Amino acid sequence: MNYGIVLSSGNDVDFMIHGLFKYSFFGHEVWITTSHVCVLIVILVLVGFAIAANIAMKKAQEIPTGFQNVVELIVEKLDGMVSGTMGKHANKFRNYIGTVFIFILFSNLSGLLGLRPPTADYGVTLPLALISFFLIHYNTIKHHTPKEIWVDKCSPMPPWLPLWMPINIIGDIAVPISLSLRLFANVLSGVVMMALVYGLIGKFALIWPAFLHVYLDIFSGAIQTYVFCMLTMTYLSNAIGDAD
Amino acid sequence: MEFNENFIRGCSAIGAGLALIAGIGPGVGQGIAAGHAAAAVGRNPGAKSEITSTMLLGQAVAETTGLYGLVTGLILMFVKPLLP
Repeated sequence: MNYGIVLSSGNDVDFMIHGLFKYSFFGHEVWITTSHVCVLIVILVLVGFAIAANIAMKKAQEIPTGFQNVVELIVEKLDGMVSGTMGKHANKFRNYIGTVFIFILFSNLSGLLGLRPPTADYGVTLPLALISFFLIHYNTIKHHTPKEIWVDKCSPMPPWLPLWMPINIIGDIAVPISLSLRLFANVLSGVVMMALVYGLIGKFALIWPAFLHVYLDIFSGAIQTYVFCMLTMTYLSNAIGDAD
Repeated sequence: MEFNENFIRGCSAIGAGLALIAGIGPGVGQGIAAGHAAAAVGRNPGAKSEITSTMLLGQAVAETTGLYGLVTGLILMFVKPLLP
């Protein structure tokens, strides 16, 4: 922890990302940090779960039991969420939205297991938001003619007067920034608060921090996961419009 | 004019505190949203689950501005961009 901050009374307050080792990559200094390790752990857990689900579904039975029940429940809930928001366009985006949902949810909940949640690193949330950004604009271009896009970009003004276009473009660029910052800042605020509780009053933090974990890790993490996927789906629906 | 490091650190801390005033707005907004949701549930108790999910989505979006303030404060406190 570096010195000179107001929190310096607690030496154990630590929520920063630490570099583990560095290597040089075409002359740049690149660090492997704790975030990479946490992402790897989350991915390994998810891959293990996926393999187990695959084995369970290979010998699927008519009347599901045990693990098959759990897998079917998860898939059904995710499918219901996507098709409830996107309607007839849901089929193409089920896989992507479901994958992102499970990844973000596990990342947010991994704070309970003592990891630093990977989503508390801007380098994890920005790529997720950029994928959404490119999906949105790919679908806009795919489903609309250039003329429609031009009219839409000048939208409150008539199309021969593109006075409003810069503002619309800034609005488009703000989408991934706000998506990623929302997720990042929510998870980071939870990490900071738990670090303060354990670092500053660690002697008295006996049982009651569990309730803080329930709010900051489970509730906030689940809500933000839902919001990220929901907003991505809403933007995608808007981008596709009422095309077939 | 020359300022020493501790002066800049102190000013960064004050700036971080000022940035967190941004938390007032989302608090008021989320309270209004929750109040209206409560009124809506009172009027139409059958739609409780839909009202709750809509309210939570709107509140989470409204929280964004407060979180920008939080990020600004954290950057001022821990990244210290103003130090030479």
